[in-house]
Amino acid sequence: MDAPTNAIESAAARGPATERRNVLLRLRVNGEDAEAYVAPYKTLLEVLREDLGLTGTKHGCELGECGACAVLLDGEPVLSCLELAVQCEGRAVQTIEGLARGAELHPLQAAFADLGGSQCGYCTSGMVMTAKALLDRDPAPSRERVKEALSGNLCRCTGYQQIWESVEEAARALRMEKQEAKP
Amino acid sequence: MNAPEKPRQKTRFDTIGKPRRRVDGRAKAIGQQRFADDLVLPRMLHAKLARSPHPHAVIESVDVSRARAHRGVHLVLTGADFPVPYGIMPVSQDEYPVARERVRFVGDPVAAVIAVDEQTATEALALIDVKYRPLPTIASPEEGLANPEPRIHDYGEQGNIHRNQSYEFGDVEEALAQSDRVFEDLFFYEGNTHLPMEQQASLASIEGDGKLLLETSTQNPHYLHRQLARVLQMPTAHIRVIATANGGGFGGKCDPGNHEFVVAKAALMLGRPVKICLTREEVFYQHRGRHPVLMKFRTGVTKDGRLTAIHLQTLLDGGAYGSHGPASTFYTGVLTPVTYELPRFKFEACRVFTNKPACGPKRGHGTPQPRFGQEVQLDKIAEALGLDPAEMRLKMVTKPDSLTASWLRVGSTGLAECIRKVVEMSGWRARRGKLGPGRGLGLACSAYMCGAGVSIYWNKLPHSAVQLLLDRSGQVTVYCGATEIGQGSDDVLAGLTAEALGIDPVNVRVVTGDTGITPIDLGSYSSRVTIMMGNAALQAAARVRELLATAAAEALDTLPDRLVFSQDRVFAAEDAGKSMSFVEAIAAAEAKFGTIASVGSYAPPKPPGKYKGAGVGPSPAYSFSACVVETEVDPVTGWVTVPKIWVAHDIGRALNPILARGQVIGSVYMGLGEALMEEQAFRRLPPKLSSALVHRNPSMLDYKSLTSLDMPEVEVALVEEPDPNCPYGAKEVGQGPLLPVMPAVANAIYDAVGVRIDEVPITPDKVLAALARKAKGEAPRVGPESFPGVPYPQATFVLPPWEGGDGNELKGRKAA
Repeated sequence: MDAPTNAIESAAARGPATERRNVLLRLRVNGEDAEAYVAPYKTLLEVLREDLGLTGTKHGCELGECGACAVLLDGEPVLSCLELAVQCEGRAVQTIEGLARGAELHPLQAAFADLGGSQCGYCTSGMVMTAKALLDRDPAPSRERVKEALSGNLCRCTGYQQIWESVEEAARALRMEKQEAKP
Repeated sequence: MNAPEKPRQKTRFDTIGKPRRRVDGRAKAIGQQRFADDLVLPRMLHAKLARSPHPHAVIESVDVSRARAHRGVHLVLTGADFPVPYGIMPVSQDEYPVARERVRFVGDPVAAVIAVDEQTATEALALIDVKYRPLPTIASPEEGLANPEPRIHDYGEQGNIHRNQSYEFGDVEEALAQSDRVFEDLFFYEGNTHLPMEQQASLASIEGDGKLLLETSTQNPHYLHRQLARVLQMPTAHIRVIATANGGGFGGKCDPGNHEFVVAKAALMLGRPVKICLTREEVFYQHRGRHPVLMKFRTGVTKDGRLTAIHLQTLLDGGAYGSHGPASTFYTGVLTPVTYELPRFKFEACRVFTNKPACGPKRGHGTPQPRFGQEVQLDKIAEALGLDPAEMRLKMVTKPDSLTASWLRVGSTGLAECIRKVVEMSGWRARRGKLGPGRGLGLACSAYMCGAGVSIYWNKLPHSAVQLLLDRSGQVTVYCGATEIGQGSDDVLAGLTAEALGIDPVNVRVVTGDTGITPIDLGSYSSRVTIMMGNAALQAAARVRELLATAAAEALDTLPDRLVFSQDRVFAAEDAGKSMSFVEAIAAAEAKFGTIASVGSYAPPKPPGKYKGAGVGPSPAYSFSACVVETEVDPVTGWVTVPKIWVAHDIGRALNPILARGQVIGSVYMGLGEALMEEQAFRRLPPKLSSALVHRNPSMLDYKSLTSLDMPEVEVALVEEPDPNCPYGAKEVGQGPLLPVMPAVANAIYDAVGVRIDEVPITPDKVLAALARKAKGEAPRVGPESFPGVPYPQATFVLPPWEGGDGNELKGRKAA
């Protein structure tokens, strides 16, 4: 039998339902090519955590209710627990692990660490990635806009306030960076 | 020589009180923090639990042969594999890792499958055949009182009563009879759950030396360690428990969990690593959260608004197991006298078993319920007497260094200052009652303990211990069994150690929550960590500082008690030019004394009360909080909006103000959720589906909690009245600020629309029902209408300190 060429084809070419066969999945993860043979029923969340070892992305419900698993898929925030991995074939995924610039924290990460945006840290990855999507689109969001953008991400520790403050501080830092980068 | 003790009286700080990135902040921000389910080991297997669909049934047989034969299944465990019961409290050892003869709630585990992956294990669950003989379901405490049979457990006070107790401090009926007014009110507090973002997960493995390792999301590795040894019948020292960073706890990871014993046993039997992660639905059934409590307050006052006596009765819905229930039962009353001067106090409490997930400790453990009742009742009393609720409270706050009627020692208190702060910040005097239709302000106060004065199992041992190891490389490593659950305990440990040694906290390596390496700390509960671990850390630091000072003094030609440790250097106090680096000081001390290490430990002071039961409630210190909530109530929908909350918390000293503020706002958030929406409620399935009693909303979508859009801005004032029993004066901050929020919301709703909602959560349907009653001219109130006849026992009678008592029970003094 020929080796499957991509995830969708191999899923389709799979044997009887009882037969477990992994399928080849290729993604672009944090700017690098990644490929793995994965169980076809797995979600993007499961593939990231279990097959690619990227455990920075968390799960709180695996039903799309809590936002802990948010990642960027082609730049858009998605709940990775609701994405079937094979449907992400060939797409670009950004996770919390891909945000820092080398050893230097991304301004969102620095602000969350410094300003109390993260307590237990379990919602942090999803919060930071969702906030990243917001700031990519709106570099100077109002408080209301921040609250709205993060309303699908639950946090049980902070009461959100220091998260809003962290996002706003990161937005300021990013705007400064942009200014300084101008000739 | 007392120089080494001096650092504990420090008033000028390098680190303490300054906003600082927490020591684990970086790892969390980059996704590097390893939670239990992030751990992976070679040859790891996965476990799933089969759970009972019946709320109450006898297990007639369990046939696991088909599951065992399923491809990829390595092991199936049943109750037969676990003959020894466990329970967090010595008096409630009533749970088995897998049920043996009886299931007591929907969700009780009846078997466990260990398989090559989760998918296979889940498939095999469907192949387990369990024959049940259903028993009548006890759905509420009232049903439990009315139906002593069938008994859910064969132990307890009688029938389905788990705990039943009564205490009286001074003659309460006499005091009530002599009061100008007596107010009688009923309140109900619905149960709710912790909902930590992280589902419980555990990984058991056998280390190279053949010993068991359990890495698990637990708040209490020490208690779990003891229970593992008991259940597995192994020497405790052959078991190592590592508390992984908890993705939120709030009390939900205090009890040992069935899943923890299951993976431990499976790893021992298979010689392979075994992991489990509970689903979110399972976490709802694991529960151990807020007890539903029905309360009756009879409160006597003078006409100028001073308390004369309170007779408090509580009835707790305990759920299916003991859990922390004996302590929870006490906590529905014991902290009531701490906040305001109360000459006499009677407290009766009863916990009933029901066929629901067991209740246990959640943030505030047993005290938010009576706090809600007391503070709402005070609002009613103030109104009836024509007094300002803030002024009335200010006049009767407990005094520093006083005793309560129940013999608790109140040390420092900043409550009066807290009240003044929230009154000022909220514009209380100018705005209350004047905000216009549908808008209002409400105020409430509270007190909480800084660590339980007595351990969960009785002993005379330290409650926390810290080990400190320094070497010539400059490395300072601090070891403690304390458990990071997100509250920042690792940061507290690093910050205090750094301050005591005059070094930067980034130069302190923190090792915590590992029973194989770290000295024992009892765990992250009862707001005990800062105080107990902190005091142990300061003692350990003082001891190494003494060694370093002795060596450094020689090198700098001065006396040890003339040295200042600051900014990673050691200075001669009279000549800052004479100094050496901290690393050089370590090397000098190492040359002089050998390896530099120390230990410190802490046990709380002996409580003043001597009567049986006096062990619950005492604490080295109490924190105090006051809160003002603003509400807007929509009379058409009953919807309550909270635009702003002001809160002041007497923290003693804020060690890291960023974290302290975060704990306050987080507490307010959780309290507001409890006030408005969170409820762990149950329903019967339709008869065609078995009529079983099930959780009404076991998902994060249906169990409502505040989102970012619902959360108001919170203005925080930290009142710093350093407490001499606490490390650099720092009291707790993780639980206390939750307590005043719920009653302040209820009081604000009354100010807004003139209706009393005497139960939480205060949902729009209740507000509308109360408004409808008001419109019809009926009592504008929604809340419990009656209190059942509870067979409370005869009271243990103790005279208050000011009536000539000595803290002992007065036998035969008074019939109940």
